[in-house]
Amino acid sequence: MIVEAKGLRKRYKDIWALDGLDLTVQEGEIYGLLGPNGSGKTTTILILLGLTEPTEGTVRVCGHDPVREPLAVKRVVGYLPEKVGFYEELSAWENLRLITRLNGIPEPEAKRRIAEALEQVGLKEIAKRPVATLSHGMRQRLGIADVLVKKPKLAILDEPTSGIDPEGAVQVLELIKRLRDEARMTVILSSHLLYQVQRICDRVGILQKGRMVAEGTVAELTGEEGGLLATVAGSTPELRARLEGEEWTVSVEDLGGGRLQVLLEEDGRENLFQIVVEERATLLELRPRSRSLEEIYLRYFQE
Amino acid sequence: MATIFWKELADHLGSKRFFILSLIILVVAGTSVYLGIQAFRENPENVGEYAYLALFTTAQSGLPSFLSFLAFFGPLLAVLLGFDAINSEFTKGTVSRILSQPIYRDSWINGKFLAGMATLGLMVASIVLLIFGLGLFALGFPPDIGEFGRLVVFVVVAIVYLGFWLALGLLYSVLFRQTASSALAAVATWLFFTLFLYMIAGVIADQLAPIRSDSTASDLLRNQNIRDFVLRFSPVALFEEATLPILVPTYRGLSLLAMLTRTDVPTSPLSLGQSLLVGWPELVGLVALTSVCFAVAYLVFMRREIRIS
Repeated sequence: MIVEAKGLRKRYKDIWALDGLDLTVQEGEIYGLLGPNGSGKTTTILILLGLTEPTEGTVRVCGHDPVREPLAVKRVVGYLPEKVGFYEELSAWENLRLITRLNGIPEPEAKRRIAEALEQVGLKEIAKRPVATLSHGMRQRLGIADVLVKKPKLAILDEPTSGIDPEGAVQVLELIKRLRDEARMTVILSSHLLYQVQRICDRVGILQKGRMVAEGTVAELTGEEGGLLATVAGSTPELRARLEGEEWTVSVEDLGGGRLQVLLEEDGRENLFQIVVEERATLLELRPRSRSLEEIYLRYFQE
Repeated sequence: MATIFWKELADHLGSKRFFILSLIILVVAGTSVYLGIQAFRENPENVGEYAYLALFTTAQSGLPSFLSFLAFFGPLLAVLLGFDAINSEFTKGTVSRILSQPIYRDSWINGKFLAGMATLGLMVASIVLLIFGLGLFALGFPPDIGEFGRLVVFVVVAIVYLGFWLALGLLYSVLFRQTASSALAAVATWLFFTLFLYMIAGVIADQLAPIRSDSTASDLLRNQNIRDFVLRFSPVALFEEATLPILVPTYRGLSLLAMLTRTDVPTSPLSLGQSLLVGWPELVGLVALTSVCFAVAYLVFMRREIRIS
């Protein structure tokens, strides 16, 4: 268990930013923290890093308590802040060099790691340029290089793809995945871009108002919401009665104008076709329900 | 902490600010040597055996002495080095990146303060040595060991004094989120202590102990004491009081009695130890102010939430 947090609560003045959060992350996992702005993602991350203290609750990160032994935690955890900043007048290389110095990495090893990290994020050519001249996407990638030079056991990435163009975002995600596979790095990333999370995360936790409202693998989360949605035109009371009588039917809703919306389980598909044909109605649409995290997500946050 | 110290020091020394400061220093050093030499040529007896010390204290024809220049503009330079130390890291977004590295949070602010102090020390020491060197060139005889000792003490006191302003800048950089507000606050404080307090001190003294044509000596004394008391709230006044006895060996203090005897009785120079004793309370006050100011900045910084947004 790389991260184990129980009953985390955090108070900022009169707001509970976290209100009883439990979180566990296994070694080698890519864990996605999802949630709208202000749901407590960044607060959770800061607590894991020991950059802020929880008002209540306990945390263990790599076997250390970030409140009591922040240095032990910071030695093995790499962090990419949401709005990552660099010393503008220093070059990309010098910025990374400062990080290796702060980590006490000896000179030859540090130079090797910096070269390697810059290579991995594809910034080798601009290593000597001052950061002030770099584009937003380059900075974001430099931020990831910044995490890499530490060779952390756990990388915490806060919105790693924010502000990057779609192509760049895909590259960053691929990179994160490769790091997990090759370097056995555990990754926690926060995002509100769902399709990205869906794409690379092994497990996802959805935060709302400082609580975990849903957690599990992407398949689990979407699976719970499985089933098919059918829209039928030209319905008759007999059709409706027949559909309601079937055991695979979950619900039938009248949309008006002779249209019905039927929610059914997967195995009712063939029977549905048959019934619709027999009753001389038309099947307008048949689609899987809630295949994306997006719908789950929206469902939680619509209230 | 060493890493941070060297990084900050390199930043200071490579910055445009430092370049401008160095230019100012060159000009000041030149002027003060010129004034000192002038005074020496015109009136060698007056300057006496302390020609080198006179280089630092001679004011003439509207040009301030090096000492008052340092007391007046030194703070501005020191505050300039510190006012954006912490809050600029917040605006740049480098705070969380640096603090998520395995360093203690206090070594960051300590490293910054020490680097600022080193920069100031370098500046003061180089300007004093520069004046010294130019003086040697112009006067043609070497300083004696006593003068040298006094100058070393002076440099140390000046660094403590500038350290107070650096710590104040640092404090504002922790208290204010915007660099513009911390700069304004710093300049306002500087104006208050260098100009307004001097005016206010006079007004308060005149209100509490008015001087009329029939005032007795004790009234005058009271007026003067109140004025001094109010002034001593200003680090600028403390610095001047603390360094005058060091640079002017015959100086016996600010009190009315000392002033009267200065004109009436021919005074012989004091030894360095005795001179230090004259300015001792002020010295201790300066050290205390610097420490308190830094301590407050330190505490506020340690409790500051890292959250940016």
